Amino acid sequence: MTSNGFVTVRPGHAIPRGQVPDLRMAEFRQAILDGVVRGHRVAALFAHTESASELRLYAVLADSARSLLRVCRSKMDSDSFPSLTPDCPQVHLFEREIAEQYGVRAEGHPWFKPVRYHASYRPGHDAWGRRPGQAQVIGITDYYRVEGVEIHEVAVGPVHAGVIEPGHFRFQCHGEHVFHLESSLGYQHRGAERMLAGGPTKRTLHAIETVAGDTTIGHASAYCQAIEALAGGQSPIRAEVLRGVALELERLANHTGDLGALANDVGFLPTASYCGRIRGDFLNLTALICGNRFGRSLVRPGGVGFDLDASRRRECQDRLEAAYRDVENAVSLLWDSASVQARFEGTGAVDRDTCQALGMVGPAARACGVECDARQDFPSGIFRFAQVPVSTWSTGDVFARAYVRWLEIQRSVAFIREQLAAVPEGPIRTGIGAMKPEQFVATLVEGWRGAICHAALTDASGRFARYKIVDPSFHNWMGLAVAMRDQQISDFPLCNKSFNLSYCGHDL
Amino acid sequence: MLQIGLARLRQGHRTVAFPAEAPVLPDRFRGLPLVDSTKCPDGCQTCAEACPTDAIAVEEGKVRLDLGRCLFCTDCVDVCPADAIRYSQDHRLATRTRDDLILEGQPLQLARALDAKSRRLFGRSLKLRQVSAGGCNACEADLNVLGTVVFDLGRFGIQFVASPRHADGIVVTGAVSENMRSALLETYAAVPPPKLVIAVGACAISGGPYAGNPEVHDGCDSFLPVDLYVPGCPPHPVTILDGLLRLLGRLDE
Repeated sequence: MTSNGFVTVRPGHAIPRGQVPDLRMAEFRQAILDGVVRGHRVAALFAHTESASELRLYAVLADSARSLLRVCRSKMDSDSFPSLTPDCPQVHLFEREIAEQYGVRAEGHPWFKPVRYHASYRPGHDAWGRRPGQAQVIGITDYYRVEGVEIHEVAVGPVHAGVIEPGHFRFQCHGEHVFHLESSLGYQHRGAERMLAGGPTKRTLHAIETVAGDTTIGHASAYCQAIEALAGGQSPIRAEVLRGVALELERLANHTGDLGALANDVGFLPTASYCGRIRGDFLNLTALICGNRFGRSLVRPGGVGFDLDASRRRECQDRLEAAYRDVENAVSLLWDSASVQARFEGTGAVDRDTCQALGMVGPAARACGVECDARQDFPSGIFRFAQVPVSTWSTGDVFARAYVRWLEIQRSVAFIREQLAAVPEGPIRTGIGAMKPEQFVATLVEGWRGAICHAALTDASGRFARYKIVDPSFHNWMGLAVAMRDQQISDFPLCNKSFNLSYCGHDL
Repeated sequence: MLQIGLARLRQGHRTVAFPAEAPVLPDRFRGLPLVDSTKCPDGCQTCAEACPTDAIAVEEGKVRLDLGRCLFCTDCVDVCPADAIRYSQDHRLATRTRDDLILEGQPLQLARALDAKSRRLFGRSLKLRQVSAGGCNACEADLNVLGTVVFDLGRFGIQFVASPRHADGIVVTGAVSENMRSALLETYAAVPPPKLVIAVGACAISGGPYAGNPEVHDGCDSFLPVDLYVPGCPPHPVTILDGLLRLLGRLDE
């Protein structure tokens, strides 16, 4: 079905590539702008070389009111395209990514600089006019600068003080006061997306599981849904339950760890210490199911790799209850401690309009009062049958991002309880056939950081012509920068942790 | 305040008994892989063909397994027609050399302790700077866990520190992206000698799932003199702790 220039398709349903409407560039731009005005979110915007000379842009808009994706494309007839960013800020990073990957210029883009500092995929085409072989030095760029008396610049990273991933942050400050933060990433770039073209190979799923290693289940689920749609297969209901349980265990572990880390960043050590351990209790529940704390080898095309027998299920239930009692006890200390609340409340606030303009997702968006959650808006797998209420708060600050995580911990535990109480009988895996040629599919899975979008195009032989990964962090890094405006620079660790974004998921 | 005290009582003492007692691991834990080449059907290559990182090679009926490349996934186990390959519960995996990670039927040569002089320096106080150079945040997370009350790394005198200037060595994770190469080398250079290098995870040892990608350097081996290899994807925290304690000569068996 086509409407307003788009073909509409449900996430996880493949359509022939030819059904995606080809719009002229002006129409393509207008269709995206009109969609965003109607409240749709740009879930993915990417380029694909259809042939050596032909480059097309694909747009995937998420229409949450109708649980549909709206997809269109446009052929590029030169090495530049007019930037949408001035009218539609949420595409700013997508346009920079397209420019870097395919060597095309986004004319009029206000922040036109590389994202990951790699050579263009199309030799001879470079958005910044660099010669082939000219060294790309990461982090060498024109940083946004504030001029003035006593303005100073603070540079942090790529190697940070803690055991965390690398990235560079550049602050424009006046004393402690932050005017602006620019996050300059790309240090983790491993070629994770580029290596998927031509696949799947025996390595593909392992790359997917490590796109962001703390989101193994989320990304593996998005990938397997795409594969199953392209092959016309379906994973059995028992497997869908286990995937859903694993997805929520992943959320529980990470949300618990984040609440502990937030407590640590305000010097409230009891909760920091307890949550550090309880996070492990949730990871160990995933390991009880599949042997690996991060869920490696659990989600597989056509189902799951491990079953949950009756005694294992009971152990899972018992340990879930014990961990929940502990986390409830540990986290409740946060809300009852005035010293914690004084540091959380009002720090790093993002307003609802800004949040939506930036296209933010996940707990960070829900903390701004935006009701978006792929489990509710675009239900797939077991979430078609079991609803998880959307948890929101309105203040958009560190407190809101912390409190939404606590609300979600409660909902996830309730969901797992419900699922484990009645695991349907049946197989855990079915064989799926070969992927169909010349198809398009996009999937949306609500990972613990927010909506994960995968989009795939198959070629004439049913291999991936293009595989696009959008980690939720890609939408949210600008949110952190905005949250830091007019804050004290000493609040950066707290604000950063309240988002806890992925570096490797962004850098791919 | 009262509530905080009550919570403290309630949460109790949760530090694991390891290394005094054997670690408690899930029954499906994938530890040291065991291969019985005698079970292999003639000419069978299914495990080698299925292995995502080519960690397995079968030549003349002998299986050669490179733990440095192994992702400890289930792809080989799932396809083996003869149950010749399976995972044991053995969490001990760390070695001192890259060659020790290559198994051709011999028992795994676990990491030997540092020499006496190094042990005098580091044995009771080891400060480490962690550098993620293309890590996926799983190895990083399971290193972080060592600092929690569960493993309480501090009781062994081992600590992660914020500056290479304060460190006795670095712990590298990730396949070493080209974009982190210079930062990794500069961090290493900033550590005062004598210093240690510990490679944690398949990526840091061999590139892991990203081996061969032009954007990465297939681990830190070609840049840095590695003193301890801890395989896994990611290694279990107890595997990392076991390796660290072996290096310091604080484990006997």
